[in-house]
Amino acid sequence: MSGPRLYGLMAEFEDPTALVDAARRAREEGFTKLDAYSPYPIEALTEALDIHDRKLPAVVLGGGIVGGLAGYALCYWCTVIEYPMNVGGKPFHSVPAFIVPTFETTILFAAFAAVLGMLALNGLPMPYHPVFNAPRFALASRDRFFLCIEAKDPKFDHDETSAFLMKLSPRVVMDVEE
Amino acid sequence: MSESEKRAAGPSIAEARTRLGALEGREYWRSLEELLETEDFREHLHREFRVPIDSGVNRREILTLMGASIALAGLTGCTRQPTEKIFPYVTPPEELVPGVPLFYATAHVHGGYARGILAKSYEGRPIKIEGNELHPASLGGTDVFAQGFLLNMYDPDRSQTLTERGRIRPWSSFLAAVRLALEKERPARGAGLRFLTGTVTSPTLQKQIAGVLTEFPEAKWVAWEPAGRDNVYEGARLAFGEAVEPRHAFGAADVILSLEADFLGSGPAMPRAVRDFASRRRGENPNRLYVVEATPSLTGARADHRRPMSPAEIEAFARAVAVATGAIASAAPTDPFVEAVAADLKAHRGSGLVLAGESQPPPVHALAHAINQALGNSGKTVTYSEPVAGGPVNQAAALGELARDMELGRVSTLVIVDGNPVFNAPADLQFGKAMGNVGLRIHLGLYDDETSRLCHWHVAAAHPLEAWSDARAYDGTVTILQPLIAPLFGGKSSHELLAAFSNQPEKSGHDLVKEAWSGKLPGADPDLAWRRALHDGLVEGSALPAKAVRVRPDFTSEARPAAPDAGLTLLLRPDPTIWDGTYANNGWLQELAKPLTKLTWDNAALVAPATAQKLGLTTEDVVELSVGGRKVAAPVWVMPGQAENCVTVHFGYGRTRGGRVANGKGFDAYGLRTSTGLWAASGLAVDKTLRRAALATTQHQYAMEGRDPVRAVTVDAYRKDPGVVARLGEAVPGPTDTLYPKLPTGSYAWGLSIDLASCVGCNACVIACQSENNIPVVGKDQVARGRALQWIRIDRYYKGGLDDPETVHQPVTCMHCENAPCEVVCPVNATVHSAEGLNQMVYNRCVGTRYCSNNCPYKVRRFNFFLYTDYTTEILKLVRNPDVTVRSRGVMEKCSYCVQRINRARYDAERENRPIRDGEIVTACQQACPAEAIVFGNVSDPEARVSKAKAQPRDYGLLTELGTRPRTTYLASLSNPNPTLAPASRAEEKKNG
Amino acid sequence: MADGTPTQAVEKPATPPGAILRPGYDFATLTDKLAAIALSRRTPKAWFFGAAVGFLLTMVLLASITAIVFKGVGLFGVNVPVGWGFDILNFVWWIGIGHAGTLISAILLLLRQPWRNSINRFAEAMTIFAVSCAGLYPLLHTGRPWLDYWLMPYPNTMGMWPNFRSPLVWDVFAVSTYATVSLLFWYVGMIPDLATLRDRAKKLWAKILYGALAMGWRGSARHWQRYETASLLLAGLATPLVISVHTVVSFDFAAGVVPGWHATIFPPYFVAGAIYAGFAMVLTLAIPLRKIYGLEDFITLKHLDNMAKITLATSLIVAYGYGVEAFMAYYSSNVYERYMIWNRMHGPYHYMYWALIFCNVIAPQALWFRKFRRNIPALFCMAMIVNVGMWLERYVIIVVSLSRDFLPSSWGMYHSTRFDWSMFLGTIGLFLALLFLFIRILPMISIFEMRAILPEAKVLEAEE
Repeated sequence: MSGPRLYGLMAEFEDPTALVDAARRAREEGFTKLDAYSPYPIEALTEALDIHDRKLPAVVLGGGIVGGLAGYALCYWCTVIEYPMNVGGKPFHSVPAFIVPTFETTILFAAFAAVLGMLALNGLPMPYHPVFNAPRFALASRDRFFLCIEAKDPKFDHDETSAFLMKLSPRVVMDVEE
Repeated sequence: MSESEKRAAGPSIAEARTRLGALEGREYWRSLEELLETEDFREHLHREFRVPIDSGVNRREILTLMGASIALAGLTGCTRQPTEKIFPYVTPPEELVPGVPLFYATAHVHGGYARGILAKSYEGRPIKIEGNELHPASLGGTDVFAQGFLLNMYDPDRSQTLTERGRIRPWSSFLAAVRLALEKERPARGAGLRFLTGTVTSPTLQKQIAGVLTEFPEAKWVAWEPAGRDNVYEGARLAFGEAVEPRHAFGAADVILSLEADFLGSGPAMPRAVRDFASRRRGENPNRLYVVEATPSLTGARADHRRPMSPAEIEAFARAVAVATGAIASAAPTDPFVEAVAADLKAHRGSGLVLAGESQPPPVHALAHAINQALGNSGKTVTYSEPVAGGPVNQAAALGELARDMELGRVSTLVIVDGNPVFNAPADLQFGKAMGNVGLRIHLGLYDDETSRLCHWHVAAAHPLEAWSDARAYDGTVTILQPLIAPLFGGKSSHELLAAFSNQPEKSGHDLVKEAWSGKLPGADPDLAWRRALHDGLVEGSALPAKAVRVRPDFTSEARPAAPDAGLTLLLRPDPTIWDGTYANNGWLQELAKPLTKLTWDNAALVAPATAQKLGLTTEDVVELSVGGRKVAAPVWVMPGQAENCVTVHFGYGRTRGGRVANGKGFDAYGLRTSTGLWAASGLAVDKTLRRAALATTQHQYAMEGRDPVRAVTVDAYRKDPGVVARLGEAVPGPTDTLYPKLPTGSYAWGLSIDLASCVGCNACVIACQSENNIPVVGKDQVARGRALQWIRIDRYYKGGLDDPETVHQPVTCMHCENAPCEVVCPVNATVHSAEGLNQMVYNRCVGTRYCSNNCPYKVRRFNFFLYTDYTTEILKLVRNPDVTVRSRGVMEKCSYCVQRINRARYDAERENRPIRDGEIVTACQQACPAEAIVFGNVSDPEARVSKAKAQPRDYGLLTELGTRPRTTYLASLSNPNPTLAPASRAEEKKNG
Repeated sequence: MADGTPTQAVEKPATPPGAILRPGYDFATLTDKLAAIALSRRTPKAWFFGAAVGFLLTMVLLASITAIVFKGVGLFGVNVPVGWGFDILNFVWWIGIGHAGTLISAILLLLRQPWRNSINRFAEAMTIFAVSCAGLYPLLHTGRPWLDYWLMPYPNTMGMWPNFRSPLVWDVFAVSTYATVSLLFWYVGMIPDLATLRDRAKKLWAKILYGALAMGWRGSARHWQRYETASLLLAGLATPLVISVHTVVSFDFAAGVVPGWHATIFPPYFVAGAIYAGFAMVLTLAIPLRKIYGLEDFITLKHLDNMAKITLATSLIVAYGYGVEAFMAYYSSNVYERYMIWNRMHGPYHYMYWALIFCNVIAPQALWFRKFRRNIPALFCMAMIVNVGMWLERYVIIVVSLSRDFLPSSWGMYHSTRFDWSMFLGTIGLFLALLFLFIRILPMISIFEMRAILPEAKVLEAEE
């Protein structure tokens, strides 16, 4: 095989409505391996592409629980088990006092879970990605909206697919090499 | 062979060996040259360690000199044992165990009078002074001076060599010079020879001087004590026709009238007087104290009835009381107060006591004697004996004569034995100037001071803890002072100096003292008697016998009333903490808050509020005081309770050659002191200047602000209803119960009880604590910033009006709260509770957030804002208590209940496999307290003294409403006012009303 | 890099009063204008001035820190009884300022307040810098700063652990958590804009820098979906956190026994005070910045007006707090509490108290008037007054309460030293320095969130 392999076909649109519309049409057409790129989050787009990822909240919840347990365990172990001391006549197991560190660790762990989880699920950091090969893709972070149908989509056929994309009246359709 | 050849050949080994053979005991030498004191070694010393005769020396030089000479003396960090045998108090020396302290009985001589002490010594290093229970003047108590004088011994500013005109000389050449001088004196039978000492109660020294005087009959012995007792003797002479020493039995007196006698603050009977007095203040058969005085004193603060009066008023008052009690016949106008006092005294014939202070003129003393005799108190509450001190009875007169003789050039040799007349002699004598006419001037002293500067020879004196001596207590009881350590700087004692003027110049102090007592000690075996005397710290039965005297009926004719003072009167008094200047270079005593002003590092002109108003003065204004053409600039301190139109200044400050600590502190009140007005001078002019001085005080607030830190009730009210004390605290209700589970406690629960009825606020506990716990001195600036470091503070509050308020004292230590607020907030567990209830401070865990101090309602925590402990001055390391951590910068510290003493008791108990006995642990403050106000012990043992104290209904805790449950509690103060004199009990009425 | 050339927006109509963005912008013009602030070679004179001041004062800070560490904390004015002075005072002051950022980005996000989009970014930055300044004080106020790490729970040869009952340890947890979470929040919020900068950047180093920071963000719909979820969750976490932080700080005092500290009103009224101070500081910064960078289009009068309203509201809560303090003191009929209030009003520091009342209670009443809220110079002065007022509040709470507590014998006065002041100025310098650095190299206004509020960002519902 000669030359770079094809990653997919990229259509560029002028405004969000067109992109959402195109995305919906493409999915109705039966494409599965496709993604859209926009300069800001578009809620309609997630329905259009019907992206349902519920993992993140679970991850954060887990982080919070672990954090809370860890925090309280730390206080309890240090103060009651490892080195119990009479401090101001307070009971070794000073529940109200331990709440504060516990609360803070809960938040801390949950926050880390949220950020790292988001990055991990998004596969970031990702120094290289084929879509960046698309000319004008830099505008995805400015004022343009892109729809990309990947080559590994079972229904993908270079000519048909580009024909289909042309029907969605994009500004331009281009090949994206890997 | 010639000198030069000898030098070339160098010191011969044989010579050295013989010299070494001659040495007894341990003595250090660095080189053959030093050992043999060869010429070039002396020259070398000379070059290296010359001290300019005039004060061209800056601190740095001094410091280097100190360091170098200490190194030379070969005692960096270690000490030398005295070569003679001395006897430990509790443990015989053969049992000397490193780390176990030994106690030696000796005495602290203050103003000539001995107070028995025990010096605590670690490996030959005296580090703490405690009272000697056997000694009549101590009974176990001490005062601030006894606690503090230890530090003077380790003072790096002490003079360390024998010098002639500032050049270092060996002892031998001094002896030669003395010989020469004596040969010159002999023809005139010593007409030009003068000895100037302080008040001398030492039999040995008296004997030595007598010896010299027999050899030189024309020679004269002059004694000068700035705060001397001339008036006492003159008063006695006026009353009885002979000078006798009155001795008061405060324990036996039911009614005491003090005519400005500050027997609780100073005076020869301290601390015994406090012990006896306090024993009658605790409720059962209480005594009653009336005080009339011009300037507030500790005695006045303790009075049931106090009246501020100017000197003339006091004399008039004394006269009136004398009339009212029938002591003298005359018709004097009387007032209700006089009536009441007189009635009270008459009601207690034989158990009353009237005494006059050193500052009072002879007539007042005479009147006191007369009243005591008239009421049959003589022989009961007051007895008389021969004067305890030797030498001239009227020191001021003698000194004046000496000054005149010097001026007229009649004095050819002046020997000043441990005195500083150039600084502290009355200004009108111009002693320093007069000294210029003296051919040979010799000075023995601890410091190279104002006087030594003007002397040819300066002999570095040995500190009382370094030398053999003896001294009499107020009742004549003799203590033999034994050295705990060989002279750090090779100083000489006064005995050794005097010996130089006898025919046996090389005699050691030990031999001199021992020989003076040979055959005089009670007991068959003289050696045993000697041991016994040293061990007990007193010579059995050496008290002077009582002497029967009768008041001359006609004395009043000689004692004619003084003219009422016109305008302002100047009063001169010794300083409460540095005395007459003797302790001026003592950081502990300089930083100790004066008991009533709470002023540190300074003296001030005390002015009554009303007078201040009249003159438009406020505290810290600088005024120029001028009397009889003499002027001194002084900062004003407005003093509640001061008599109107009386301005009090304390002498002892304003040193110019007192050492690094003393120099430039305060103003020199001696500049206003004349031989005619030693204690008071009328015709004072006060001129306000535009300057203001910054004074450092440890307490800014006077009033209690409607709170009840100090609870005081009258004996009657307390007898009627013991619950009254508890009710005083009902202003703020406290928690009744706690939700917390009881934490397991150990077999001991340490607690402290402080009896405010006994406490006189004398400060002894503060210095005892500072000395015991290695508390550094922080300096005036830091005190002014509110960073004083003492672990105990004595709070002083006023009740009632400004002009004549009631004064109360309250020592505040760490309360060791069972629910300590400080512990909860420490982020690093640096302060936690021990199973025995100690609130422990873990220095090396502390990071210094100061949160604990903020959260301590008693504010007893102290913080090392800087590196306060002196890590560089080697010699100061010797004074530190090895059982107590030296704190570094940035850590919190506070009262630990002397945990080191608790632990020592625990070791002993565990070794003997028994529980710690009650009273086995005595905290430093408790040990020092002359009033027995402080009791420490195990509160979980109901039989313990402390538990019994706390069981009294007088017991109350400070700020218990916060639920801190303090382990330190107080016993409410009791007063015993005369029912016929209502006003004095106003404060207490206010409470019950 | 096709047409990445900044195309200046052609003349647009003026901003209507209620608008939170001046009309006439489209994705391209908005993006280019905001990106240019960080990318353009031309730096405004004012920036150099501000940065210079900032760095100069930072040097002062370093000098003071050196002195404190070498000589000792005694260089401050602290003593017994006043163990805490400027050190903790400024700590609380800075922490308070730090609250607006998280509040704006988190709470207003949850409340779906689009106007926050233009101010949240530098408000968050302000939070982080303020917290870093605040953090310096607890570290340096200790007697032995080199041992501060003992406040952290870590296994050590001493076998010792921190005392989890101590509010100072709570502080360690709260403040460090707050700093970390704010940092995460701030960075995550910036990722898409970093991508924008990456794509706009011309210089190589800029490409590399922003490229690395953007972590390969490409605006994929899937990413956006998780990104939005994460932001919402973070906001949900940051909201209780921001409340908790100043609550914990207030515990430093409320958990103590000192009259004037030991009060249950403290947590809510500290939090309110923090928001109050925070918004004042946002105003203090926003007003000059929008002038310097010509951002009036994005930070409109509407924004200032809203912030002024919040300031007014919180000032009322704070005023209520003062009232309750005084009332409780009277109502408790506790001699110490009553004296505490009397002392504040008539004691040696009474001028501090009355100045505080003026700054935090009386002056803000002017904000009731729309005219005043929309008068920019007046608003700026007001913000300044509030900054001072909140500083005074902490002075009164910490210093005045400590100076006279239970035993009259141990009452004292506090006198600040020149090191107290140099530390304070120094932290202000550090704050400015960091802020100006941030403005220069990072997008100070959230670009992608601004795009989202453009009218053309609406997806027109395709009718079935």
